[in-house]
Amino acid sequence: MIANRRNRLVALTAVAGLALVGGCGADEKETLDPNSAECAPYTAYQGHDGETVSIYGSIRDAEQDSLNEAWDMFSQCTGIEIEYEGSGEFEAQLQVRVDGGNAPDLAFLPQPGLLETLVEAGKVKEAPAEVKTLAEQNWTKDWLGYGTVDGTFYAAPLGSNVKSFVWYSPGFFEEKGYKVPTTWDEMTALSDTIADSGIKPWCAGIESGDATGWPATDWIEDVLLRTADTDTYDKWVSHGIPFNDPKIVEAVDKAGSILKNDKYVNGGFGDVKSIASTAFQEGGQPILEAKCAMHRQASFYAAQWPDGTNVGPDGDVFAFYFPAIDASQGKPVLVGGELTAAFNDRGEVKAVQQYLASADFANSRAKLGSWVSANKGLKVENVPSPIDKLSVETLQDENAVIRFDGSDLMPAKVGAGTFWRGMTDWITGKDTQGTLDYIEDSWK
Amino acid sequence: MTAATTKQVAKAREPDGRAEGTAAGRVRRRLTSRTATISAIIIAMVWTTPTFGLFVSSFRPENEIKTSGWWTFFSAPHLTLENYNEVLFGTSSSSGRLASYFVNSIVITIPAVLFPIAFAAFASYALAWINFKGRNWIYIGIFALQIVPLQMALVPLQRFFSTGVSVAGVSILPSWDTDYVGRFSTVWFAHTCFALPVAVFLLHNFMSQLPRDLMEAARVDGAGHAAIFRKIVLPLIAPALASIGIFQFLWVWNDLLVGLIFAGGGEKAAPLTVRLADLAGTRGNEWQRLTSGAFISMVIPLIVFLSLQRYFVRGLLAGSVKG
Repeated sequence: MIANRRNRLVALTAVAGLALVGGCGADEKETLDPNSAECAPYTAYQGHDGETVSIYGSIRDAEQDSLNEAWDMFSQCTGIEIEYEGSGEFEAQLQVRVDGGNAPDLAFLPQPGLLETLVEAGKVKEAPAEVKTLAEQNWTKDWLGYGTVDGTFYAAPLGSNVKSFVWYSPGFFEEKGYKVPTTWDEMTALSDTIADSGIKPWCAGIESGDATGWPATDWIEDVLLRTADTDTYDKWVSHGIPFNDPKIVEAVDKAGSILKNDKYVNGGFGDVKSIASTAFQEGGQPILEAKCAMHRQASFYAAQWPDGTNVGPDGDVFAFYFPAIDASQGKPVLVGGELTAAFNDRGEVKAVQQYLASADFANSRAKLGSWVSANKGLKVENVPSPIDKLSVETLQDENAVIRFDGSDLMPAKVGAGTFWRGMTDWITGKDTQGTLDYIEDSWK
Repeated sequence: MTAATTKQVAKAREPDGRAEGTAAGRVRRRLTSRTATISAIIIAMVWTTPTFGLFVSSFRPENEIKTSGWWTFFSAPHLTLENYNEVLFGTSSSSGRLASYFVNSIVITIPAVLFPIAFAAFASYALAWINFKGRNWIYIGIFALQIVPLQMALVPLQRFFSTGVSVAGVSILPSWDTDYVGRFSTVWFAHTCFALPVAVFLLHNFMSQLPRDLMEAARVDGAGHAAIFRKIVLPLIAPALASIGIFQFLWVWNDLLVGLIFAGGGEKAAPLTVRLADLAGTRGNEWQRLTSGAFISMVIPLIVFLSLQRYFVRGLLAGSVKG
């Protein structure tokens, strides 16, 4: 009876597997005395000992570790266990879970557009009064607007990142005697100088798997904030004006004067078309080999430099603010970030939501590095790395005009679909008007 | 007794196998010629090259993986086990911790293979050898279920797990536990549901080809359905069971969608594939981990495949064509 013996073997393996899992079950969390001095800042959140709050987000890996570490004290002092889960398929998965009646308690939404969709489906709980008060205290009106749907405030912002940065090599600039440009014209002049010296000044890469094209949409949005006023921008993202409005054509052409200029790009990679096939992670790397001078990419690009790269004002690489065209209109800053939406209104969920909106959390998380928030309570001295300091200063600048990444505000089929595809076609040779007409046609 | 019956059945089925001098015979002769062998070897090598490259890459240091192609390994060989160490035993969520996901995958896969095979074997026996009214309709119904894409069932199934079933306010089935033991059971349940139509279809066809004489002889000897199933049918369908088992095993082991949706992404229940998908980091900058991660996830399927491959080939066509 060979079959029988094999069955027994399989059964045995199964039992052994199960036993192994049982063996390494949940380890007990250590807790602190809630009345101790260390726990004094957390007394307001106490009273939910032993409860668990689940959070779902797209942040994972090293950043996930830092998040867990940042709220560790909160957990220990209040006895609320925070179960965070990060996933690369967050946007699609969240919808499935919410539809399936299995929503997490809290979710970190990277797109205000997604918040709107979920609110319209009646799934998101209104922010409790305490959270609203805190948020109004800690964030500017622009930011609060992104957590508000139809006049009701739902979600306080969490982290932020600055997209209006140009990466460069301070060493290379110093060696050649170039100065960091502070106006658009200076930047164009510098580009010409570098191009004349035989180096292509700009490099870019927009390949990103399913999301190929997104870095180019950031370019367009950033330039639009400079060629037109914020009113135009707001109308454009909400489809108040057509996607192919002449003002947008102007902005795209302005971006094209760099991105589609064979004299300027693509340093270290090849011609204009190579932008489309270069991975966004690789896009700025030629800067290290002095094959390219400038790379417009968000603050989070700091994570892409190889280990051991010194990121700082006198290091191997650093970033400068992508200059405005008309300085009198303030400093337009394109940003991204997360919003904390709640799907439950249990007491402990409210407590966590409130804590995440507080300046305490922002400082606790920022101290651990590679994270920034537009939270006004965030102290610059708590931010360790120079690039994050620059981000905080840019976000807290009085002249800053903050606008959220437009493609995250548009409906997904445009903002995460035809806009990406359209820009990829545009890079590979399609004309501006034709590209914008195509995207406009898809937004009905 | 087992061996004897197997031989008997083999004899009974021999007419299917006659092939000398026919089309099949010619094909066989051509496929064993020298040119055919050489081209087969070339195809196999071309086919294996990417996998081999991945394998070489998994032993190269991070910086080299990111800056040069795997073939440069041969001119400047630097070997490291760092990638494997990182993905297997890293203790933070920034590293792989694949070891615990590996266990999850095993815990998910074994029941998710055994349950559907067991249910399908019982069901096919009943459909093939027990006479009751409407059994053909039931069989057609199950057969037709194959065309329902599993993606359609994900949200309703999740709702079923999270809220249970109630009719007019009366709860018929309670909601399932969502702690991690509960999560495993939802994954088992989902995989079993999705596997049953194909498994029943294949096993039913295989079983209905067994000679009626055998069953009748057993019945004359006083065996009931349970005894016939256990003593006659089960040993005879072993190759088919093994082949379905391998199919189902590979399917469940490599499955990302069902695992992602029902087990979630946490360390407590998620299988290897879910972890692999997230291994490259928030911004995709840690992709050197993928090489070693991929190889770790391949180990078990390779072992299973190599040790059971004779069943695989033998049972591949079993039941799929009605002779």
